[in-house]
Amino acid sequence: MKTVMAIIKPFKLEEVRDALTAIGVHGMTVTEVKGYGRQKGHTEIYRGAEYAVSFLPKLKLEVAVESAQVAAVIDAIASAARTGQIGDGKIFVSPLEQAVRIRTGERDADAL
Amino acid sequence: MTFLSNLRRPTAGLALCLLSAMPALAQATAGPAPAKGDIAWMIVATLLVLMMSVPGLALFYGGLVRSKNMLSVLTQVFAIVCLSGLLWVVIGYSLAFSPGGALNDYIGGLSKAFLSGVDVNATAATFSNGVVLPELLFMAFQMTFAMITPALIVGAFAERIKFSALILFITLWLVLVYYPIAHMVWYWAGPDAIGDAAKALAEAKDAAGKAAAQARLDAALADAGMIYKWGALDFAGGTVVHINAGIAGLVGCLMIGKRVGYGRELLAPHSLTMTMIGASLLWVGWFGFNAGSALEANGTAVLAFVNTMVATCAAALSWLFVEWAMKGKPSLLGMVSGAVAGLVAVTPASGLAGPMGAIVLGLASGAVCFAFCSYVKNAFGYDDSLDVFGVHCIGGILGAIATGFLVAPGLGGTGLTDYVMKPGQGAPGDYVMATQVIAQLKAVVVTLLWSGLVSAALFKLVDTLVGLRVTVEKEREGLDIAEHGERAYTA
Repeated sequence: MKTVMAIIKPFKLEEVRDALTAIGVHGMTVTEVKGYGRQKGHTEIYRGAEYAVSFLPKLKLEVAVESAQVAAVIDAIASAARTGQIGDGKIFVSPLEQAVRIRTGERDADAL
Repeated sequence: MTFLSNLRRPTAGLALCLLSAMPALAQATAGPAPAKGDIAWMIVATLLVLMMSVPGLALFYGGLVRSKNMLSVLTQVFAIVCLSGLLWVVIGYSLAFSPGGALNDYIGGLSKAFLSGVDVNATAATFSNGVVLPELLFMAFQMTFAMITPALIVGAFAERIKFSALILFITLWLVLVYYPIAHMVWYWAGPDAIGDAAKALAEAKDAAGKAAAQARLDAALADAGMIYKWGALDFAGGTVVHINAGIAGLVGCLMIGKRVGYGRELLAPHSLTMTMIGASLLWVGWFGFNAGSALEANGTAVLAFVNTMVATCAAALSWLFVEWAMKGKPSLLGMVSGAVAGLVAVTPASGLAGPMGAIVLGLASGAVCFAFCSYVKNAFGYDDSLDVFGVHCIGGILGAIATGFLVAPGLGGTGLTDYVMKPGQGAPGDYVMATQVIAQLKAVVVTLLWSGLVSAALFKLVDTLVGLRVTVEKEREGLDIAEHGERAYTA
């Protein structure tokens, strides 16, 4: 099993969700986050006070999938979240040791 | 601004008589009755000015601070309003609007303390001969000015002052700064006291009678605050309210020091939505402030109403376009700040300038206050959190001086009113632009010095007694939790 974690532009969430649903992924966790990479921030001016805002709002998606599905999930997220502009985000994949569905006690692949 | 005659209480008349010769008794014989229209309008105007403070000013300021300090600002403004209201009926009204004996140039006396003699039948003068208001209503209207003025100050040192220190400072400031300045600028014997004395002089037959009548007229003219007697004009509070509060704020933010993180961390407003709502309530309420300062439902009130409308429109657009040109974007905060700057600047001129003059004043105030808040403040590096000095003091100074020009009949202004020349009715007074502008400048300088110096002494005193500032840990945590034990937004 793998955890696929993706940082995406907030307005791309629905497209990404549709793409993942289409390949049989039926759950995800979304968190509002801030950060920066190559995309620079912007300047905010409040009367005389000017602030450089370098942390931009993004969404963090976490999807737990079987290892065989990882390539398809990455493709789905990457193609749905891409605009071609800097700031589209990144995808990280890491190993996942266990999974448990709390309600039934099912484990691992059955719990995904 | 007013002469107070009490028809039912001869002792009050006697007390006044000792200070200002004869006019009190003369009025006590036959006084005019208040008109229902004036009463109705002034009750509404009084409520509008209250709405400027709560919720107007509170939301305007609250939106500009970080969310962890939202409640502290709302609490400070609301508490100051309540404190000022009580202090006003205890001694404030008396110290501002009663005769002050030997100190009458600077401050009133205690003859009206605890509203002594200010009962349901007492009347207060307006600006027209033979027109009076119930004195309780005049007292309540002026109370709302004494409420908002100290509340304006809190913006200068928002997000770091200790609540107990603020309450102590404001109490002392009202007594030693607001009441004296209000007395100096606004206290006068009133049109009937002067008109009746002038009439007696004109009717006096023999030399002795003329001398007595002249003495009475002189006494009536002399029964006024120092700045009023200089001829300085302040229709609704450019000096008394805005310069007064603005300079106190500057002194306060200098003595308290900058916020932790100033210049390094993001100290951005947490809700410009609230700020826009607050600014809009201020604008609407300001019609009570300015048009109500006519004290009557008459043409002057309508003139002040129109000037308040157009000057604000001009100033809001002025700041918006200048900021757009200089900083690249037209901002909401800039526009509403411009609106407040225009309201401030037009305040002293509101019943005296013509609408075209008010527009010029508005355009100037938006640009000048923008430049001040954007460049001058940064150059000096003081942390006036919400620009009390840059908007209220600078806008107030601009308006106070401009009033000297804009009152000119040749510039569309109303000119001056002479209550002596044709006793019993106001007549056009002699207007000399240079003389008038110098009187305005003197009023500005005295207000700046008095409020600036006394405020400095009071901040020092309060700092010694209770400490002005919260600890760095409390400031980091936010005043809402640290000082008040609650949060504005719990979701």
